Amino acid sequence: MKSGRFLALILGAATIALVVIGTVWPVPSAAAYAGAQSMLASSSTAEAAVRNLGDEIRAQAWEKAYGSLANKAQFTEPEFVHDLTGYYPSLLTYSTLDKFEVRPLHASDTDAEMQLTLHWATVVGTSSSTRELHVVKNGDTWQAEWPIVKQPALPPQVIPVNYLRWDVIYRGPGDDWGSQDVEAPHVRIVDMHPVERADGVVILGELLNEDVVPAYVSVSATLLSKNQSTIATEGSFDKISHLLLPKQVTPFFIKFPNVSLSDVGSIHMTPLSALIAASADPVIEIGDEQLHPAPDASLTGQLINQSGQIVNVAHVLGTFYDKSGKVVWVADQYVNQALLPQSPVPFQIHVPEDLARNVATQRTVVSTYSSGGSL
Amino acid sequence: MRLRSPILHTTLAFCAMHLAVAQSPSISVPKTVEAGSAFSVQSTGSGKATLYIIGPEQVLKRDVQLGETTYFPAGSLYNAGRYLAVLAGESATQNDSFDVVPASKPVNISFFAKPSRLPIGLHDGITGVVYLFDAYHNLIQTPTPVSFELSTPSGALQKRLVVTHEGAAWTSMDSTAQQGVDKFVARIGEVSSTRIIGQVPGDPCGLKMNAKPSGQKVQLVTDPVRDCSGNAIPDGTIVTFTEIYNGTQSTIDEPLKHGIAEATLQVHSGARLSVASGVVMGNQIGWSQ
Repeated sequence: MKSGRFLALILGAATIALVVIGTVWPVPSAAAYAGAQSMLASSSTAEAAVRNLGDEIRAQAWEKAYGSLANKAQFTEPEFVHDLTGYYPSLLTYSTLDKFEVRPLHASDTDAEMQLTLHWATVVGTSSSTRELHVVKNGDTWQAEWPIVKQPALPPQVIPVNYLRWDVIYRGPGDDWGSQDVEAPHVRIVDMHPVERADGVVILGELLNEDVVPAYVSVSATLLSKNQSTIATEGSFDKISHLLLPKQVTPFFIKFPNVSLSDVGSIHMTPLSALIAASADPVIEIGDEQLHPAPDASLTGQLINQSGQIVNVAHVLGTFYDKSGKVVWVADQYVNQALLPQSPVPFQIHVPEDLARNVATQRTVVSTYSSGGSL
Repeated sequence: MRLRSPILHTTLAFCAMHLAVAQSPSISVPKTVEAGSAFSVQSTGSGKATLYIIGPEQVLKRDVQLGETTYFPAGSLYNAGRYLAVLAGESATQNDSFDVVPASKPVNISFFAKPSRLPIGLHDGITGVVYLFDAYHNLIQTPTPVSFELSTPSGALQKRLVVTHEGAAWTSMDSTAQQGVDKFVARIGEVSSTRIIGQVPGDPCGLKMNAKPSGQKVQLVTDPVRDCSGNAIPDGTIVTFTEIYNGTQSTIDEPLKHGIAEATLQVHSGARLSVASGVVMGNQIGWSQ
């Protein structure tokens, strides 16, 4: 009993002591988040100036961040904020800066070049963007010049869109027992094979909508052992283009962590399709796609929205084939800015370096999500 | 078939048997009664009694004078199944059983046709199943001929005559080479049911595009896209145009509009242009300007 009271007394005293220490001598990051001064109070070096800027962006202290810039006369504070979070609703609109990295590229006594990589926490995972900042020395302090990317101004115009749309009327509750319902779309897995990776097994493949109506699709796979017992069941989740228009093909990627291919006797694939109301708009052109070899193997290109509707989120899925046409990898990227009509937006999909050397060709599809609205 | 009520059946019969009466009445019921038709129950003896008719989802009760005939009008019993007649007199009970059978004339049919949409040219691709019911929704199990007819807009007709087995008849039909909306009719006498079957084109066949300059870009336009039977591929079908030039690639997925697909691409001289739809490849063009 006595020892219990003594322990409680010690814990209480320790808590009070820690609260006092934290209040009197707060850690810089906590102070910054609480709205106090930046973590680095002085921009005495070029790197410190960029770090301060990064901290202010992370704390969404836009006024301070804008005020610290050397070239703020070239743009307004709202333009600066929109350059970071998007002019139109996009992935970045509802994200926060998780962390950032600063890498010096070049420095002299009066100016420097710094690379600022921003890692945003979005609803679909981390989205990174890199900016190269010119930093100049003004008196005793350094100030960053923000490389503003202004949204291209689209001329006011009317873009006629003659798009197709499918609507679905299902059977109603008053229909008699024997009346038929609308048929689910017919889809077919046209390619599938497992690949062993260091962290498990992945199932790669392609799914075709062979019907004349749009389909909402997903694929799940069940790994069976050699004695036909179930090892695991997983779905493609977002590693697939869920909306398939007639004769459209999507890749899919299903991951089974901590499974060895040698334990797998067979694989049971289950494609799922359902009718869905859909539109053939918007049409996205995928231009200038280029495969870059290792190191940093990737597929780059740009998306061009050929419609008049703003696309808020674009999901790019790349299918990579070897010389024989076999799928060797499937990878994806969410584009973190909205696609405006006729405005190219770059994308980059990374490919594992050990597989990149086998890639001979590729095919890319884009899923789009729009929240409506017009120019 | 309707559900029976065995618990009610047993309980009422058990109670009736405990009504001891001095006289010994008896009843005579028909062996079978067609659902919905009138029938009668003859009793013998003297005195008063209560007649219970107990069956699937139905119980009838009548006060009767023993020795007389009790009439039940049309529509009294309508659920097919096994019925029990219990005559509870003052001193004794008698019971007998009979069957209510479905009416022989089908009034309702349930027609399942699958699928509602399928590609052209599929052997036995369309199936139809029919269940026959009388006016009271009893399944008619008497073998009955059913006529199935599948007609296309071009006038082609497939016909089958199938006799029901335990209340059901089924058949399969081929989808024809022409797209369109087919009528699939099941008919028994004057009763019929119609289902709509959509026959849709197959894969594109002989996909071909042409390219011509359009300002700084190149306009790619397909010929009218058709399947191998000459049916127009529906609008909305995705056609993929691809440009490959010096290690770079540009693609665009365009839906068919008015039977053709067209796209405008920034094409380099020396590029290779190709067109595809689904897993079907079209022609290739080497572009030089």
